[in-house]
Amino acid sequence: MEREAKLAGRRGPAGEARGERGTSDRAPEEQGRVSTGPRARRSEAETIERGSWLPWVSTPIVLLLVLAGWTMAVSVFGVSKFILPTPADVGEAVLRMLADPATWGHVLITLTEVALGFLAALAFGLVAGVVLGRAEWLERVVPKVAFIPLFVIWFGFGVTSKIIMAATLAFFPIMLNVMLGVRSVERGHRDVMLGLGARRWPTFRDLELPSTLPYVFAGMEVAVVFSVIGAVVGEFLGGSEGLGYLVVVSLNALDAPQLFAVIFLLAALGCLLYLVVNGAKRFVIPWHESVLAVDRP
Amino acid sequence: MSGLSDTARVAGAPAEAGAAELELRDVDKIYKRRRGADTEALRGISLSVRAGEFVSLVGRSGCGKTTLLRILAGLITPTSGDVLIGGSDLWQNGGRDPEALQRFGMVFQEANLFPWFTIEDNIALPLKLRGVDKRRRRARAAELCELVGLSGFEKAYPRELSGGMRQRAAIARALSYDPSILLMDEPFGALDALTRDRMNLELQRISVVTGATVVFVTHSITEAVFLSDRVVLLSPRPGRIRSITPVEFPRPRSLDVETEPGFGEIVRTLRRQLDEEGD
Repeated sequence: MEREAKLAGRRGPAGEARGERGTSDRAPEEQGRVSTGPRARRSEAETIERGSWLPWVSTPIVLLLVLAGWTMAVSVFGVSKFILPTPADVGEAVLRMLADPATWGHVLITLTEVALGFLAALAFGLVAGVVLGRAEWLERVVPKVAFIPLFVIWFGFGVTSKIIMAATLAFFPIMLNVMLGVRSVERGHRDVMLGLGARRWPTFRDLELPSTLPYVFAGMEVAVVFSVIGAVVGEFLGGSEGLGYLVVVSLNALDAPQLFAVIFLLAALGCLLYLVVNGAKRFVIPWHESVLAVDRP
Repeated sequence: MSGLSDTARVAGAPAEAGAAELELRDVDKIYKRRRGADTEALRGISLSVRAGEFVSLVGRSGCGKTTLLRILAGLITPTSGDVLIGGSDLWQNGGRDPEALQRFGMVFQEANLFPWFTIEDNIALPLKLRGVDKRRRRARAAELCELVGLSGFEKAYPRELSGGMRQRAAIARALSYDPSILLMDEPFGALDALTRDRMNLELQRISVVTGATVVFVTHSITEAVFLSDRVVLLSPRPGRIRSITPVEFPRPRSLDVETEPGFGEIVRTLRRQLDEEGD
């Protein structure tokens, strides 16, 4: 149980931080600006050019520093390799695992669980978010991870219990965001539709749906990472396949490099899924500030 | 049409019989509160506006200008009294008369453009709701962009535009289906003085070109006098009509009119009336 909590703790805040950045709103600085269009656009373009190269330099430097510190910790300070293998060992383990078809079988299993769980959460979350009133206490009060043993009893050690766990974790961020989105349709925008005498369906199509979509995507960005946590924690507890199962196997074999390699694969999977959702967001709501904010670092 | 027989109640309003495009008859509005006393926002408002006339509503904040405009637009219901559009009741069978709604174009304090639509789609939104096909909507949007000076920005998103440009797009949206009545609620309140002057000239030109009836809410007495055929001064709590002042200078006017003695006289009189309200 300790392991699960650690992993959940590791990945949870990361997911939330990403979600927050996704929804960050750059509107205020736009509001006050009164200038003619073409000039305003040009100055914007200049800002992008000036600021955008920085992460491309700083990120590799930080990465190199971390790797150097890591290597030093093992070679200079003599930390046991059973506790902390060197980056080289881990890299080797990653390559070895990637070359092994069995790994891909496990990845596929976990991916399937995550995808199905996430989609189920999306469907239920959308419906519940629109239909339900306020039930935020539910999100905070219920210790969701504690449900896993129950799901194992109910749905067995197979894939189903993991899908349901992934769905359970992913459900709440989506539902809560949808609820928030539905309530956040701007009053002024409503007045426009009301003043034009718009009927129910056009009001939904042209106002309520597009207003809510950014919230749906913010929820999805958090939820997709949560569903990875759900599936993996499910695999820890019971089962014989998936990346979570590989973690347990590596631990039992005291194979620290492989353990790190699996964690690396999990992180990569989470990142990949996040990027898929983020890409979908850019495609569906290219107009939204959060999409623009990422373009303008 | 229930109110038509009550013409005797229309006292004090300079009603040009028959020619009124917009008419308020003895309108009261009381906001019910769950706790505490109800707020009487408007009391006994009677006003008629001729077709093609430009009328401004001025007064202190909280005097019910916006409430009055929203009642005209059918966004809120009066507690009592009648709203007549082209001689027929705006509220019929508990709903707003769709034919009357067709005649309105509304511009708010905020541009209220939908960020997910391009300028073109925002401007043509009312046409979309009326089932006009996409090609005609595009053509009309291009025409309107030309009219309000936004040509070349058809495909831009609202956030790419400055405040003044967004407000012009909002005006274009209100004009898209050729409304005979423009209702404007402090549309330029958030703009700087220079942009505001430009927008006022623009608005005057548009109102002359389209021949629309305009009801214009503003804080600025100068702006009201510059634009209007008549300025309606409201006094607060409850909102009542304090005075109706005609401005005789022929429209369209240039900004130079503001330096003429007659103009300054009207502004001063209105300002004095406003000051007498106290607070």
